[in-house]
Amino acid sequence: MAEKEESVKLLGFWASPFSRRVEMALKLKGVPYEYLEEDLPNKTPLLLELNPLHKKVPVLVHNDKILLESHLILEYIDQTWKNNPILPQDPYEKAMARFWAKFIDDQILTLGFRSLVKAEKGREVAIEETRELLTFLEKEVTGKDFFGGKTIGFLDMIAGSIIPFCLARLWEGIGIDMIPEEKFPELNRWIKNLEEVEIVRECIPPREKQIERMTKIAETIKSA
Amino acid sequence: MADEVLLLDFWPSMFGMRTRIALEEKNVKFDYREQDLWNKSPILLEMNPVHKKIPVLIHNGKPVCESLIQVEYIDEVWPSKTPLLPSDPYQRAHAKFWGDFIDKKVYASARLIWGAKGEEQEAGKKEFIEILKTLESELGDKTYFGGETFGYVDIALIGFSSWFKAYEKFGDFSIEVECPKLIAWAKRCVKRESVAKSLPGSEKITKFVPELKKKLGIE
Repeated sequence: MAEKEESVKLLGFWASPFSRRVEMALKLKGVPYEYLEEDLPNKTPLLLELNPLHKKVPVLVHNDKILLESHLILEYIDQTWKNNPILPQDPYEKAMARFWAKFIDDQILTLGFRSLVKAEKGREVAIEETRELLTFLEKEVTGKDFFGGKTIGFLDMIAGSIIPFCLARLWEGIGIDMIPEEKFPELNRWIKNLEEVEIVRECIPPREKQIERMTKIAETIKSA
Repeated sequence: MADEVLLLDFWPSMFGMRTRIALEEKNVKFDYREQDLWNKSPILLEMNPVHKKIPVLIHNGKPVCESLIQVEYIDEVWPSKTPLLPSDPYQRAHAKFWGDFIDKKVYASARLIWGAKGEEQEAGKKEFIEILKTLESELGDKTYFGGETFGYVDIALIGFSSWFKAYEKFGDFSIEVECPKLIAWAKRCVKRESVAKSLPGSEKITKFVPELKKKLGIE
């Protein structure tokens, strides 16, 4: 087998759960990569060139191929480097993982962030609505160490990057105990399990810095 | 043991059309169950408790929700000589990127064309045309979005074409004038049996829109 020059670059942002989850995947697969930090909101010419349509991180560049959208990047990584599979093999299980990933990034992110901060129907209602959605996830992880089973997988990376290390920092910053232990024992257990995994630990944004950032964003949303 | 495939759907849904097309492309026999979205059936609520939306694909009793997830599932479960998605990881990601773009952008702007008035409607129209032009540019001179073979991105977009006449009527503009290559692409797609079987006629949709507006409480 010929030795090929393999080049993997990741454009990311320290606070972005979307680029953090890609880092988790690359680390799980043991893929060496060059990380390029974007100084958001000052987007580099490189980012604008690689992702002209959405102008967002993460962007993965594998040799001469440009990959966009974190879910798609995770799937690409899984299909390209076959060790330590991220997605299940079974088509039905795969469809379910994709479904929950979409649910998390669309519904939970909207309700648990923007809608919660704006709280148009009042804070208590916003909290209840978010908790209703989180209950679906609570059910999904019941009886399992991780969403992926015994080891972390696709859904753990998606949910893990967003919920405990991004949204939970926002909730803490604005004084909401969104997932108390007594209401969400399984999710809390899952978070503790996640924190034990080395590659996840390496991808957690600095806690205080993230709380500060999320709180600032919340203020901007509220005053808009 | 034969597969049991049910599709909970709503005839004008451009999302449901995707799943219908995918099943037809694979020659999968399925039981189509029309749903009343203003009086949701127990099976719909049971099979999609999270969103309570159509389409829902039920395969041997197990539900799969979200139309593009269903299309990919169908492609994986019933592999054939004509796959809907490329097998190359990069090509696959590319196709899904455009499917995702269509999902995020087309419906929202189109809805303003038939559902809004005045400035809001004009803004929706402008955005819609821009989005179609972006898609037209991605299509280029290819026969289909994936090249020579009909596939995932075509399936993601083609259902909207059954609504084009309605958009043109309510928005007072011509999509063909703005995006002739896209219209030519749509005409090619509807020649396929799977698409012809799965899309309702434009006139039926155009007649339906005022009824839909009434149901949604829009005037």
